[in-house]
Amino acid sequence: MVKERKLRVMVAKPGLDGHDRGARIIARAFRDAGFEVVYTGLHQTPESIVQAAIQEDVDMLGMSSLAGAHMYLFPEVVRLLREKGVEDIVVCGGGIIPDEDIQRLKEAGIAEIFTPGSKLDDIVKWVREHVKPRKA
Amino acid sequence: MTNNVEKVLAGDVRTVARLIRDIDDRVPEVRETLKALYAHTGHAYVVGVTGAPGVGKSTLVDQMVAHLRKAVKTVGVLAVDPTSPFTGGAILGDRIRMQRHSLDEGVYIRSLATRGHFGGLTQSTRSAIDVLDAMGKDYILVETVGVGQDEVDVVKSAQTTIIVVIPGMGDDIQAIKAGILEVGDIFVINKADREGADKTLNELRQMIDMGQQKFREGKWIPPILKVEAVFDRGVAELLEAIEKHRAYLMESGGDQHLLRRTLRIREELAEMIKNRLVQEVLDQLIEGGEFERAVEAVLAGETDPYTASDNLVFSKLGRKK
Repeated sequence: MVKERKLRVMVAKPGLDGHDRGARIIARAFRDAGFEVVYTGLHQTPESIVQAAIQEDVDMLGMSSLAGAHMYLFPEVVRLLREKGVEDIVVCGGGIIPDEDIQRLKEAGIAEIFTPGSKLDDIVKWVREHVKPRKA
Repeated sequence: MTNNVEKVLAGDVRTVARLIRDIDDRVPEVRETLKALYAHTGHAYVVGVTGAPGVGKSTLVDQMVAHLRKAVKTVGVLAVDPTSPFTGGAILGDRIRMQRHSLDEGVYIRSLATRGHFGGLTQSTRSAIDVLDAMGKDYILVETVGVGQDEVDVVKSAQTTIIVVIPGMGDDIQAIKAGILEVGDIFVINKADREGADKTLNELRQMIDMGQQKFREGKWIPPILKVEAVFDRGVAELLEAIEKHRAYLMESGGDQHLLRRTLRIREELAEMIKNRLVQEVLDQLIEGGEFERAVEAVLAGETDPYTASDNLVFSKLGRKK
């Protein structure tokens, strides 16, 4: 039988900001693209996000931050993943993120950053191209 | 493979997570791992929680986890959400209500999508239950939306099944899939601070009592509990009711327990045979090209699908009708 690996992704909201409209819209777009999307809800710590991503065995973790704490939160998630020996979960981020931060976030291991104005179709296309479901 | 088995038995979360993924994706190799793990199952107590969307199942499960953890029990949670039949995608949001347990090493939470392939949900969820059982969880809570036959079958494989409703559902309780009222061991009226809780309680009592005469020989009388899960009211009583039901299954030499186990094994085995057969036969027919030829023959009006399927099936099973 032809085995079809389904893409599993997690959408997470780290930190204190309480605005998850963007995260929900992204989650919906991923679902419509045929992915299985685990949504964590608001106010997550880097630790709780990492544990959830491991328990759910996702291929990609997308985080949304609108309150300016991304320079701590995003790299911290990557650091905790690596600390636990997880190398195969693609991490990306989105939200209100100044251009000058993007390069530094990428250096910290965030694969891609999506800022306001990014088109949903482009984000889905990026995920399809850069995130592959696990090999059997 | 042996390595994986040892890691699951040692409770390694990453191995368990990957294994459940492989089960869901139907990777053939997992069968061998599951075979080896089966001998290590049977320790966990499985509780099914089902009900219509929006009745508060996830919040209730979250509170149950908190209570079980206070009692120093380890817990596995399997939260099942529907796959969109149109896109094949799914939003798995049950975790939102349970995230406070994510740092607790005594708790493993996993979201599953129904995926919609025949028999898939039931079998993969049962396999996932076996994995969590083998990893040493004391309790496994399985949460499903009680609307489809697959979901009903899943809760049937639990030792205690909880059906959650909310006040004012009244006649809507009828909308709960026929046959599921009969499998309820405990009924919860959640959001019981809302108007109409007592009316719903009376209606439920009547419906259950009617079913009682037909199905239950008056043995276990399912309690109906008023709960406000958000405020943690009535959850302790719910856990007491679960323990009472567990004691009931075990009393008189565990007859009831044996009965349920037999039922579960019977259903599980029948389903595995069915899936295996369909998979094998269909694969062969597709690979051999007979399947496509039959499609074209029906399309061309040369035969009908009834005759075509008879011929195809019996050609593989090696006997005539």
